[in-house]
Amino acid sequence: MSIIQVSNLKKSFGTLEVLKDINAEIQEKEVVCVIGPSGSGKSTFLRCLNKLEDITDGQVIIRGQDITDPKININKVRQDIGMVFQSFNLFPHMTVLENVTLAPIKVRSVSKAVSNEKGMELLAKVGLKEKANSYPGELSGGQKQRVAIARALAMNPKIMLFDEPTSALDPEMVGEVLEVMKQLAQEGMTMVVVTHEMGFAREVGDRVLFMDGGYIVEENVPSELFGNPQHDRTKSFLSKVL
Amino acid sequence: MDAISKAMPYLLEGLQVTVYIFIASLILGLIIGLIMALLRLSPVKPLNWIAKIYIDAIRGTPILVQLFFIYFGLNSFEWISMDKTTAGIVTVGLNAGAYFAEIIRAGIQSIDKGQTEAARSLGLTGSQNMRFIVLPQAVRRMLPTFTNQAIISLKDTSLLSIIGIADLTQQGEVATSATFEAFKIWFVVGVIYFILIYLLSLLANFLERRFELR
Ligand SMILES: Nc1ncnc2c1ncn2[C@@H]1O[C@H](COP(=O)(O)OP(=O)(O)O)[C@@H](O)[C@H]1O
Ligand SMILES: [Mg+2]
Repeated sequence: MSIIQVSNLKKSFGTLEVLKDINAEIQEKEVVCVIGPSGSGKSTFLRCLNKLEDITDGQVIIRGQDITDPKININKVRQDIGMVFQSFNLFPHMTVLENVTLAPIKVRSVSKAVSNEKGMELLAKVGLKEKANSYPGELSGGQKQRVAIARALAMNPKIMLFDEPTSALDPEMVGEVLEVMKQLAQEGMTMVVVTHEMGFAREVGDRVLFMDGGYIVEENVPSELFGNPQHDRTKSFLSKVL
Repeated sequence: MDAISKAMPYLLEGLQVTVYIFIASLILGLIIGLIMALLRLSPVKPLNWIAKIYIDAIRGTPILVQLFFIYFGLNSFEWISMDKTTAGIVTVGLNAGAYFAEIIRAGIQSIDKGQTEAARSLGLTGSQNMRFIVLPQAVRRMLPTFTNQAIISLKDTSLLSIIGIADLTQQGEVATSATFEAFKIWFVVGVIYFILIYLLSLLANFLERRFELR
């Protein structure tokens, strides 16, 4: 059974229909990259997967649970879905280590000692062990985003969502973040990545979804989607970004 | 000098009352302010209205009228009996609460939505997000305006002498009639208020520096 199943997902903001009829299925350990022009609904799609946006219509089933069911405890569902934002959204009043350990301590009631140890391991993994006691304001963009990834990983998520994780970064810092994501993919994390990094999508993605105008216009393995796009809109988008 | 040393015991007694009423109404105001701010931001419309009516009513009327309404008006019901001090604390507390509510609401709204999104995406509940993420950051931003309101409330307590509370202002009155030295006494009363407010702003500055956003 797929870990994420989306059927007939629709999302409107007021009268503006942003997602028109989204159907997608994502398997465990799969890395799915979502590409498409700005305003096509990529972020909204991603944010519907952990219900940061209210879902207007359709079904989103995460690990067998329909999250559109109002009776479901969405906090519980979110604990297993990590999310990384374009603008990092680190908590500026907490140290790097506190950022990473907050959710395990408060949400999973893990002891402080255990969370700190796990937190340090994760910071080591993203190469920022020595920044544990710094504040986010003292970090570069690339470092911030790596902390944000460590923070999400601290909850042991089953799925990781990335919304343009490198778009706010100076070019020289993009690599360090993509490297961490690549490692995560190799370890078998299920990942949905909205990105403009076509190189990453091609190299790390198992599948690429091309979105335009609130629809998934085309999806395929990267080699096919990039090498042999079927739809005119895909072709025209790729000709602009490649 | 003689008049002042004669007046001092009165004034110090009054000072105690003023400080006590000020602190009690500050605490009351903070609790009410926080509750009203949360109601104001609540998606539940009727809760919203309650907070809005309360805030508008307080902001739209003079504090003296509020004091008379609470002390004379409410006390005219048989089943309510508030002593002067309680009525004073309730008045200044309710009054400050309305202003604090707006300060806290603005502080909460000034925090980037991304903070809440990050917190909720980690599985924090709405109230955990408020408590650990939004309020700690909002409080830092609110401190300066918050201090302003605290200073206003401290000055407002001097109105309470009208219903006979033996605060610093009232005791200034008492000392004046005992010494007939109006100029000296009221000058000293002014200096005492000034020192009190100065200390309050020192404390606020200290807190601001301690809580500075990193
Ligand atoms: N909270 C919101 N309220 C109103 N409109 C929104 C909101 N979020 C996104 N939109 C609109 O939805 C459309 C798709 O946005 P988004 O999903 O962010 O696109 P993308 O991530 O592909 O650039 C855009 O037209 C955007 O203006
Ligand atoms: Mg986007």
